[in-house]
Amino acid sequence: MAAPADTEKKKEVVIKIRGLVNAFGNKVIHDHLDLDVYRGEVLGVVGGSGSGKSVLLRSIIGLIRPKEGTVDVLGQSTVGEIEGPAMRRLEMRWGVLFQEGALFSSQTVAENIQVPLREYTAMSQELMDEIAEMKLTMVGLPPGTGDKYPSELSGGMKKRAGLARALALDPELLFLDEPTAGLDPISANQFDELVKRLQKALGLTVFLVTHDIDTLRAVTDRIAVLVNKKLVIGTISELRQNKDPWIQDYFSGVRGRAALASEEAH
Amino acid sequence: MTSIEAVSDEPEAWFKLDRDTLALGGSWTIGESARLDRELKAIKPEGGVLEIDASQVSRMDSAGAWLLLRTRRAMEATGAKISRFSLPELYQPLFENLDQERTPEPHKSRIPPGFRGRLYKIGRATVHAWRQTVSMLGYLGRVTVETGEAIVKPKHNLRIAAMFSQIEETGINALPIVGLLAFLIGIVLAYQGADQLSRFGAQIFTINLLGVGILREIGGLITAIIVAGRSGSAFTAHIGTMRVNEEIDAMQTMGLNTVDTLVLPRIVGLVIALPLLTFYSDIMGLLGGAVMCYFQLNITIPVFLRQLNEAVSINTMMVGLIKAPVFAFVIALVGCYEGFQVERNAASVGQLTTRSVVESVFLVIVLDAAFSIMFSVLGI
Repeated sequence: MAAPADTEKKKEVVIKIRGLVNAFGNKVIHDHLDLDVYRGEVLGVVGGSGSGKSVLLRSIIGLIRPKEGTVDVLGQSTVGEIEGPAMRRLEMRWGVLFQEGALFSSQTVAENIQVPLREYTAMSQELMDEIAEMKLTMVGLPPGTGDKYPSELSGGMKKRAGLARALALDPELLFLDEPTAGLDPISANQFDELVKRLQKALGLTVFLVTHDIDTLRAVTDRIAVLVNKKLVIGTISELRQNKDPWIQDYFSGVRGRAALASEEAH
Repeated sequence: MTSIEAVSDEPEAWFKLDRDTLALGGSWTIGESARLDRELKAIKPEGGVLEIDASQVSRMDSAGAWLLLRTRRAMEATGAKISRFSLPELYQPLFENLDQERTPEPHKSRIPPGFRGRLYKIGRATVHAWRQTVSMLGYLGRVTVETGEAIVKPKHNLRIAAMFSQIEETGINALPIVGLLAFLIGIVLAYQGADQLSRFGAQIFTINLLGVGILREIGGLITAIIVAGRSGSAFTAHIGTMRVNEEIDAMQTMGLNTVDTLVLPRIVGLVIALPLLTFYSDIMGLLGGAVMCYFQLNITIPVFLRQLNEAVSINTMMVGLIKAPVFAFVIALVGCYEGFQVERNAASVGQLTTRSVVESVFLVIVLDAAFSIMFSVLGI
């Protein structure tokens, strides 16, 4: 959340990537990428299948150690040292929603949300129950969901529950990996609105990996496109002017045109 | 009126309740929430007209906002009127976002407390056990029918390649561990036997003990228990994981009979492999005994063999071996059955694998006892 002091210096960089190289064997995924994500913005990352969107996300949050380059999140390097107190403190300041929600299947939804609370705070069980219920309400899940197990939830509900867990510690930074993949268009729209609403209310910085062009249009401020192992960054209208064939295809293909036409009709 | 301990570099959260004003400030964040929660619960609002002044709050996140909202609601519940409510503009959206939501429901457990809860649990366990018995019997029936069909028209139903791969997995790959353990059991048995029997000067009967003990009981039992732990668990885990991945559903929609494709190769494979393994384990056990007899009692191998020949007949071994296919059938049946009971979560695979091993070891020992009674009645 933005403290008053932060709003004064307008463009504080919260994620700073310089010269990032990722490769599996001989296959180079990222070739010297640079990226800045500013506080309070929603950045969408798109790219074809296998272009390394998830790899980028995973190297930012320290799950993958890149071959070269530096990644600083909130001023702390996430390359190399992934254990230790500095990384723990950083992990308390971000929340991650994985593709399938990644809820712990042996625990109820409420217990899932309480995992970070139990780990990092000294709250009483009663307050943790209240906070869990509040987070569930925040992401729009009906009463009683907290007592259910993840296997009893639908795909959309799992993602909302995963989002509630990601928000448990009131992070400043939220990572979403394909949040609308596998959802029907109505649930996907509702999820987009939810992300937008929460981002405004909580003052979050959101790093969003997706290939859903509707999500891009609805929630993102800027878009980073992964093409040819590099990032092309801009707003939708800027990117539509780009000559790269993949970007042209993506934004001017049938789906892209339909999604953007509905924007212009607004 | 609040005692504050420093938590981080942020300003500490504080609040103060005067006669008609609740003033608060500092950093109302999740790190402070445990302390604030305790202290806020201790204040006793007296009703009347109140003013809440949160304008000095320097930082607020949703946990802090929740605590403030909860306090305000508690005050309103005592009949107090909130005349003025001030909050920095930055945190208005957050607070309003929480406020328009419904009041959280109290945490409800599905199981009632006390004696009724215990009764509920007993009832639930009883119903569960009954259902499990019925469904296991149904499954046994289905597998029996399919096995019968496979025997009548083997080309149609039995998958030969899958069956041989099961024989390799459950039989050949188990040779080292079964051999080693049987050999060690033979040594232990010979040592204990020699120790006791030499008191009567009847050391030579150690060989009788070894022969009858290993061939009739120990060889078959130890093999079945190892296989239950090794292969029964593998059956459950494999089929269970396939269920988690929806592979079983995919097979059914393709018209593949899961009993034909998954269960029969395992049952038939194990029914063939386990008697062979038992025979091998008998030999290794006797070998271990012979080695121990040589070192402990100075009985040479030819003497050992002559005494063994007098002590046991081929029937002794057959009595041991005849049980093996039955054990194999039970182990494979339970292993596969529990695999199909897996629900779509990670914990379920573990639970049912444990249950599968416990059940099949239990059934193997119960069946062994039943065989003993049957053989003694028949006078074998």
